[in-house]
Amino acid sequence: MSTNTAGRREAPPPRPQRSTRRAVGSALVANRPAVFGLAVLALLVLAAAVGPALAPYGANEGDVLNRQLLPPSPDHPFGTDEQGRDVFSRVLIAARVSVQVALVSVVIALGIGVPLGLVAGFYDRVDDPVMRFMDMLFAFPAILLAIAILAVRGPGSTNTMIAIGIVYMPIFARITRGSVLSVREQVYVRAARSLGASDLRLLRLHVLPNVLGPILVQTSLSLAFAILTEAALSFVGLGVQPPDPSWGRLLFEGRGFVESAWWMTVFPGVAILLTVLAFNLVGDGLRDALDPRQRSAIEARRAS
Amino acid sequence: MRRFLLRRAVQAAVVLLGVAVITFSLLQLVPGDPVRIAMGTRFDPETYAALRERSGLDRPLPVQLGDYLLGAVRGDLGVSFRSGAPVTELLLQRLPATLALAAAGLLVGLLVALPLGVVSAVKQGSKTDGAATVFSQLGISIPDFWMGIMFILLFAGTLGWLPSAGYVSPLDSVTGWLSHLVLPAVTIGVVTGSILTRFVRASVLESLGQDYTRTARSKGLPESLVLRRHVLRNALIPVVTVTGLQLATLLGGVIVVEFVFAWPGLGNLVFTAVQGRDYPVVQGVVLLLAVLFLLVNLLVDLAYSALDPRISYS
Repeated sequence: MSTNTAGRREAPPPRPQRSTRRAVGSALVANRPAVFGLAVLALLVLAAAVGPALAPYGANEGDVLNRQLLPPSPDHPFGTDEQGRDVFSRVLIAARVSVQVALVSVVIALGIGVPLGLVAGFYDRVDDPVMRFMDMLFAFPAILLAIAILAVRGPGSTNTMIAIGIVYMPIFARITRGSVLSVREQVYVRAARSLGASDLRLLRLHVLPNVLGPILVQTSLSLAFAILTEAALSFVGLGVQPPDPSWGRLLFEGRGFVESAWWMTVFPGVAILLTVLAFNLVGDGLRDALDPRQRSAIEARRAS
Repeated sequence: MRRFLLRRAVQAAVVLLGVAVITFSLLQLVPGDPVRIAMGTRFDPETYAALRERSGLDRPLPVQLGDYLLGAVRGDLGVSFRSGAPVTELLLQRLPATLALAAAGLLVGLLVALPLGVVSAVKQGSKTDGAATVFSQLGISIPDFWMGIMFILLFAGTLGWLPSAGYVSPLDSVTGWLSHLVLPAVTIGVVTGSILTRFVRASVLESLGQDYTRTARSKGLPESLVLRRHVLRNALIPVVTVTGLQLATLLGGVIVVEFVFAWPGLGNLVFTAVQGRDYPVVQGVVLLLAVLFLLVNLLVDLAYSALDPRISYS
């Protein structure tokens, strides 16, 4: 119930955003594993963007007669597969596909989860039903639910993105709701509300800036898991389908040749490992940098 | 206390119901006629009609849902579209192998996480702590199925110490069973252990910082006693809860690892069912594992409130 507040505009809240951002940034950079992660991610983005253009061979350029199953050599640093295709090129080109699938999946998860979490956190009446529903989704092992969705809808990249998106949506909802709840109780928010601030305004000025941190951390961690999940789904044949290569798909194709052509399995696996590790390290680094207590500890350590 | 238990049980029942409804609706997502798709080239009008009848697919949706829920309570989860066998029977056949693998994997995980987590908390900041952190970071970043393949390559292929895949019943040969269990269990254990290590470490660190630890030390108790009697007992309670929550991830890992190692459990059943478009079986596995997760967590919750007298029943 708001009275006429014309002429009584609420003073804008102090905007520490810039110095907070800088503090977080420098705390992040101080974390060496996180920097390593960022470096790997930069390489990954580069590979995804220009990899296909730079790859020495095409993704499906096979030569069964002459180049089948060759071990690593200067010509083919990662060897060739059973169709004579250069594994290095395939791994490089697959980077884009794997990253794309992971990215879209997480965007879907964010796009549904965050609004749901905001609504659940803000409006008590919807809180319980929404969270019960999230509990239900949490009960299913993630991979299994994704497999079931792909089983009924059919395999393929698009369905994979949707499946992973649905499976990871609950955690974003939960994190967002948690943040909203903790912000709601702050004195300055209750004060603003008692002055007649509308929900939307509260959302924009107070809730969103506080919620962004945890969401960012979770995004990095979810990207890590999305890459792992896509790899697993493609490995069992349900994810990315030929002719598109993805790291998981490469592992699927290497299944029959594990002992005879180990390079078909080792290199895509290492690529996945490094990428996931990078996302995890960056996510952890962000989490530490964003936690004000950790941040002061890091800054104190640097000053001494 | 009783009101708390009642509320908790009602909550669990609601979630259980929701899980069953979600599982039911999976079948509705199939683009087309599930039975026809499942039968494929082996289509035969009599079997088709019989399967449709048995699965109640011609009845209105609410009736189907009701039938499904009532059937689930009675233990009837429909029949396989491929073999016509009752789904429940198939599930029960495969369940022991999966449970054995999950338990073994969890055991390995705890054997890794508990010592590693405790030591790295007690020696916080040391090289051991650093190494443990690196290990756990790698452990959660590695694709479990890939690690399984690497293990097979190393231990079965190059070294020849262990069999690469398959299963031997413990009733036939305990050593055979164990030798086939080792690699898949370790594969699962490494990932689970890595996740748990971080929790154990955090939990022990928090315990170490508590007042009761300070009191115990100031009483002059030797450090080992401080650890055993005060720190660890308190630190392990949240670990129990987390382990329960990790069950879903654990089961997910078991499924994929079963695929890699040809372990005849529910995971393998799911994959065969997916290949054969055997939707009722897929639904059955999904429902069973979700229900298992809910039950275990309910038990853990109740045990937790019983173990820790500080929990208030609000």
